[in-house]
Amino acid sequence: MPDNLTIRAGGDTATTTGVISTGEMLTKALARSQYDVFTFRTNPAEIKGGQAMFQVRMGNHPILSQGSYLDILVAYDEESLKVQGKDLKPDGLAIFDSDAFFPDDNYAKRSYGVPMTSIAAKESGTKKAKNMVAVGVVGEFLGLPIQSVRDIVREQFLHKPQAVIDSNIKSMEAGWAWALKNSCSRDFLVKPRQLKTVKLVMSGNEAMAAGAVHAGCRYYAGYPITPASEILEFMEKELPKFDGVTIQTEDEIAAVTSCIGASFAGAKAMTATSGPGLSLMMEALGLASMLELPIVIVDCQRGGPSTGMPTKTEQSDLFGAVYGSHGEAPRVVLAPANVKDCFFGMIKAFNIAEKYQIPVIMLSDQSLSQRTQTFTRPKLEAVEIWNRARHLEPAADGHEYLRYRITENSVSPMAIPGESAETYVATGLEHNERGDPNYTPANHFRMMSKRHKKLERISREKGFTRRFGDEHAKVGILSWGSTEGPIEGAIRKANQLGYEVAALQVKMLHPLPDEEIRHFLGSVEHVIVPEINFTGQFAHMLRARYMVPVISLNKCAGVPFTPEEIFGKIEEVIARK
Amino acid sequence: MGQEISKEKGPTMANGGVRTIADIKSNVTPIWCPGCGDFGVLSALYRAILAMDLDLKNTVIVSGIGCSGRLPIFTKCYGFHGVHGRVLPTATGVKLANPKLTVIAVGGDGDGLAIGGGHFPHAAKRNVDITYIMMDNSVYGLTKGQGSPTTSSDFHLKSLPYGVREVNLNPVALALAYNVSYVARAYSGQIEQMTQLYTDAIRHKGFSFVHSISPCTVFNDTYKYYRERVAGIPKEHDPADKKAALDLWQTRGKVYLGLFYRDLREDLSSQVARLSSGLKAAGGATMEDLLDEFV
Repeated sequence: MPDNLTIRAGGDTATTTGVISTGEMLTKALARSQYDVFTFRTNPAEIKGGQAMFQVRMGNHPILSQGSYLDILVAYDEESLKVQGKDLKPDGLAIFDSDAFFPDDNYAKRSYGVPMTSIAAKESGTKKAKNMVAVGVVGEFLGLPIQSVRDIVREQFLHKPQAVIDSNIKSMEAGWAWALKNSCSRDFLVKPRQLKTVKLVMSGNEAMAAGAVHAGCRYYAGYPITPASEILEFMEKELPKFDGVTIQTEDEIAAVTSCIGASFAGAKAMTATSGPGLSLMMEALGLASMLELPIVIVDCQRGGPSTGMPTKTEQSDLFGAVYGSHGEAPRVVLAPANVKDCFFGMIKAFNIAEKYQIPVIMLSDQSLSQRTQTFTRPKLEAVEIWNRARHLEPAADGHEYLRYRITENSVSPMAIPGESAETYVATGLEHNERGDPNYTPANHFRMMSKRHKKLERISREKGFTRRFGDEHAKVGILSWGSTEGPIEGAIRKANQLGYEVAALQVKMLHPLPDEEIRHFLGSVEHVIVPEINFTGQFAHMLRARYMVPVISLNKCAGVPFTPEEIFGKIEEVIARK
Repeated sequence: MGQEISKEKGPTMANGGVRTIADIKSNVTPIWCPGCGDFGVLSALYRAILAMDLDLKNTVIVSGIGCSGRLPIFTKCYGFHGVHGRVLPTATGVKLANPKLTVIAVGGDGDGLAIGGGHFPHAAKRNVDITYIMMDNSVYGLTKGQGSPTTSSDFHLKSLPYGVREVNLNPVALALAYNVSYVARAYSGQIEQMTQLYTDAIRHKGFSFVHSISPCTVFNDTYKYYRERVAGIPKEHDPADKKAALDLWQTRGKVYLGLFYRDLREDLSSQVARLSSGLKAAGGATMEDLLDEFV
């Protein structure tokens, strides 16, 4: 009996409706049956037409990466079998629409034909429901409770007429019946668990948006962009329920400047974008830094430069996030490592922004933003929420209110319009402690120091690294962002084989958590830095700051690392010793 | 002016301590050149704030970059002097975050029609309840005399030795085309009318726009030009009649001052508040409810 399975559905979106929703429905059903899931998708850049695929890896243990080889492939058309079939395991099964095509001899013992189109036409009166037939077949193979799958089909078509819901359920049930009647060569049952905790299944984007709402975000402004738009849609739906407001702005510059305005007026504000939008936000990022106003910017990185590959993943905006904007404008850059981290990381992003009155950039990427993963439902009351220091009443000693008063921790209480009668003008001109424009040499240095000193404090905040692997490792991996999963998978395998390897996942990229990184660097002999980019940006930062000869492992192909790729590099470095 | 002042909004005050203009002035002395039209705008704004008895703590003036961008620094209101061209989205953020605030956006013709030109139609479309004062001197003053979006061939600028080649933009015409819900024009040479229009515009519940002609005495002294052309909008003009407003704008040889157009459609914050209360009344508006959707 396997402990995990990888299932993929693929087809041309011009001829198959719901390639992606096949996977989404299975994901939900699996999560409700207490399995852990990890999904991955690729959409064609076009709305209709082009091959799309959705992959769900499930198991009865934590799933760390999307999986490289398939146990089940649902191929809606011949092209999808041609494109995806090479990933099918030797004992895998290709479930194909026998109304559409027949696989060649290579698949003689690995294929399972279902007349999906004709079943759908008969049961639902439309060929469109063939994905429901596939959901039924796979659901039966996986041993899912049929009632749970029925519920999920119903939820999928929640706002459709009852007749549409019923007809889709009929196709799903017919697929289920087909699978019961026509057995296949392999057993796909993964032993289910009885867990006491409830699992949530969310995409990275949904988890970041939910985290933001819980952190107290009440103003969202954004411009549609792949792969960040789901955050805009989420906030549009949810924020009004919390007395918040979401606006879709005319561009990313309006999005970020309106967030800065909202923050000035006291609201926790955020925007989300991808690389091209982040480029447009750079000037305003400097303004937020200069005005010492908290805002959170999510960057769901995608393949660049320029328009690049909007639906593919990359970790190539790190330098832009850390150094972008003219002048030297301190900001904080965080990077969640998985979907659970997206939820909690977003709360930390707001906490740091508020506590230190500084802009925070959250660097996600396409593969993390659009994957779904299960995680234990959080206990919300246990989550700490920080709010900015506000200036409400005049000082007892009669001292004049100084918006940018230099304090021990560089944070000055903020007067908010409508709250404090001691008003001030926030200006992007260099200003003195009072906030008045001031260009004197001494003042500029003083205020630059005040703003930059925050970074020293922030680098000492705890909880921005995670060490895993062998305790006495000689080979270390320093990683950031969505690469954590495949790295953890590779390290488990390496440790099982007796290799002394460990990783330090860095979740704050600027300022760097110095103490933890120095300790890790001191404990290992070789350091590998895997990144989904061409030039090794994090490796550059580590070399510059710690003057260590790290070994870059770069992949720049629009897709995440596989654990095998990381493991290969580990073996190579160990062999060098 | 002879036109009705809208009465649907009057900001209420917790403790209106403002009595004279001196109470509104900050201790920073304006750095504008002698005779600059911006003094007129500032003076009219002081008077409007005084006339409306606005509570300074609830009043935010957002500005862009350029000579006009300095304006908030000379008042005791809350001020926001941001980046070039982004006055309207910034002011929108302030207002939506706290609809109780009175939000006034000020900026030049370059700020609002060149670098920030893309934001104007969208502020109009949203009908966010802010007042936008465009201080138009038809020149880039702070960078010493380049042509601006409103520089017409009637003007002679030293940075354009061979004359103005491009057709100028007309802020009032744009505002009418964008369906701004309150469109007026004022002139720094006529402070009393300017004060009255600012007062009226701030009271208007929705996006109000006052094109404020504010000559630059150093690089584009147009006082004489406007003195010869300005005229009050005829008393019989109906501000609900957009076609008539467009005719007024097109009248050759005249620059009309006063209220061109007004439309009392619902502003954005009111729509948002209505949506929120409806959703909350329907239930399911807690964080736990939100997470339930992902089980």
